[in-house]
Amino acid sequence: MAKRRVENLIWNRARECMDREEKQQLQLEKLQETVRRVYQKVPHYRNALQERGIGPDDIRSLADLTHLPFTAKQDLRDNYPFGMFAVPKSEIVRIHASSGTTGKPTVVAYTSRDLNNWAELVSRSLVCAGGTHEDTIQIAYGYGLFTGGLGIHYGAERLGATVVPISGGNSERQVNLMRDFGTTILACTPSYALHIAEVARESGIDIRELPLRAGIFGAEPWSDNMRKKLEAETGISAVDIYGLSEVVGPGVACMCQAKEGLHVFDDHFIPEIVDPVTGEPLPPGEEGELVFTSISKEAFPIIRYRTRDISSIIEEPCECGRTHTRIQRICGRTDDMLIIRGVNVFPSQIESVLLEIGETEPHYQLIVDRRGQMDALEVLVEVSEQMFSDKVRGLEELGQRIQHKIVSLLGVSCKVKLVEPKTIERTSGKAKRVIDKRQL
Amino acid sequence: MQVTQISVFLQNTAGRLAGVTKTLGEAGINIRALSIADTSDFGILRLIVDKSEEALKVLKDRGYAVSKTEVIAVRVPDKPGELSTILSLLEGTGINIEYLYAFVGRSGGDAVVVFRVEEPQRARVLLSENNIEFLDEDQINKF
Repeated sequence: MAKRRVENLIWNRARECMDREEKQQLQLEKLQETVRRVYQKVPHYRNALQERGIGPDDIRSLADLTHLPFTAKQDLRDNYPFGMFAVPKSEIVRIHASSGTTGKPTVVAYTSRDLNNWAELVSRSLVCAGGTHEDTIQIAYGYGLFTGGLGIHYGAERLGATVVPISGGNSERQVNLMRDFGTTILACTPSYALHIAEVARESGIDIRELPLRAGIFGAEPWSDNMRKKLEAETGISAVDIYGLSEVVGPGVACMCQAKEGLHVFDDHFIPEIVDPVTGEPLPPGEEGELVFTSISKEAFPIIRYRTRDISSIIEEPCECGRTHTRIQRICGRTDDMLIIRGVNVFPSQIESVLLEIGETEPHYQLIVDRRGQMDALEVLVEVSEQMFSDKVRGLEELGQRIQHKIVSLLGVSCKVKLVEPKTIERTSGKAKRVIDKRQL
Repeated sequence: MQVTQISVFLQNTAGRLAGVTKTLGEAGINIRALSIADTSDFGILRLIVDKSEEALKVLKDRGYAVSKTEVIAVRVPDKPGELSTILSLLEGTGINIEYLYAFVGRSGGDAVVVFRVEEPQRARVLLSENNIEFLDEDQINKF
């Protein structure tokens, strides 16, 4: 088969296609500067470095990065709200924060130069998704303290596109405006994109007949199978955008039209993969926890941040011409990973099984419980119209087929339960894929 | 002469059946016959109604998983042994019955039996050769 032609639009060719050796020099200089600044300005980092007997002058090569201490979410909470900021409050022009459902919120800040860089990275991402200044971008990420909405917003404006800042929710309106305004690019979570497609279908609108041609989806893990399904159902080209507020927000990494992993904008963030248990660095290709160090941020620099996201590094340069280090798409989180009877289970694996079956809408939920000493996994699957049969036997066979596939993929027995459409909770934000009732 | 049956997926939790009947009642749709097949986890509600297309639409709009199936409806005298005659005919030729259910009409006298078989064409020929009377949707509504 002839190699697929890759649309070769690149936002910042000088930086994105930079010679790798030159880039390493740039990274080293910016890393040294960052370490010097946090040592001077942020007591938490000064203490952590001193504990390890490291001073700002000890960073002589990029390999020295691995001597720096990790930063965990707990460190950010311990320094709530402004303890991790490296500039006086007068220089901060924006604050974002996580919802704080599992503790104190995580607060992050930006100087005006930080916002400028962030917009540049989102522009690069949108161009990776195939966007140009001719596009109309509907931003259905939440606006507010969450970085999704405003993050994409300023990048889309920087690109020169027409921005529809609709925010999340009100799916019928999403569909109506998408049609009326001629939206060409949709930005939201992948599960919300599926939901919008479903709502469109219900209102008798075929998304494939609208001008919509691309989607830039992120903020939750999804699979390549789900991407292909989304693409087939909506007729668009979908890419995965990655980011987290602690590092900057959306625009840390993005998939290009080659769709082979995500490009990390490594002139701003250095990625590492470490063993989630020992913290030891892992070589390219090996799966582990993704760790980021920011090297251009002023207000909220971050050193070796443990993302809890699981990925691996792809060293080979991409066929698109960008020279960034790439990462595989996130296949789960270290704290979202379920261990069921000693076996690691990622919700995305269950999803890939359901999509493989071909008959199911990927609306599912994993319920894990402990009966006696044994973990029990129950998978709820919504019955879609196409999989529904008026015969009991037909539905029972479908349930068994799903169950067999899950068992053979994961090596864990489970019970599959078919449920009515729309009974599994889904919101405009992140889909609730797992309910863990175990008291471990 | 076919009859449209509507099937609805129900999970086995309280109030699911009531939800369907309420939806149909509010839409002014009359249920002529129904049967439920159930397992420990889910049930399938099968319905013959007076306005099947409308019923399909209102149920879909409410988010139910629904499908329509063509079934065979025949008139059977309301007397001992009559259903047995029909079943013996089908059994004799090896036609498998997926399911069946029956109801007695407003006037009494005769019953309606609704079938889903694996080979509807063959069943139809066989039954008509034996002078069994088929009913269409209009007749069922008036029955």
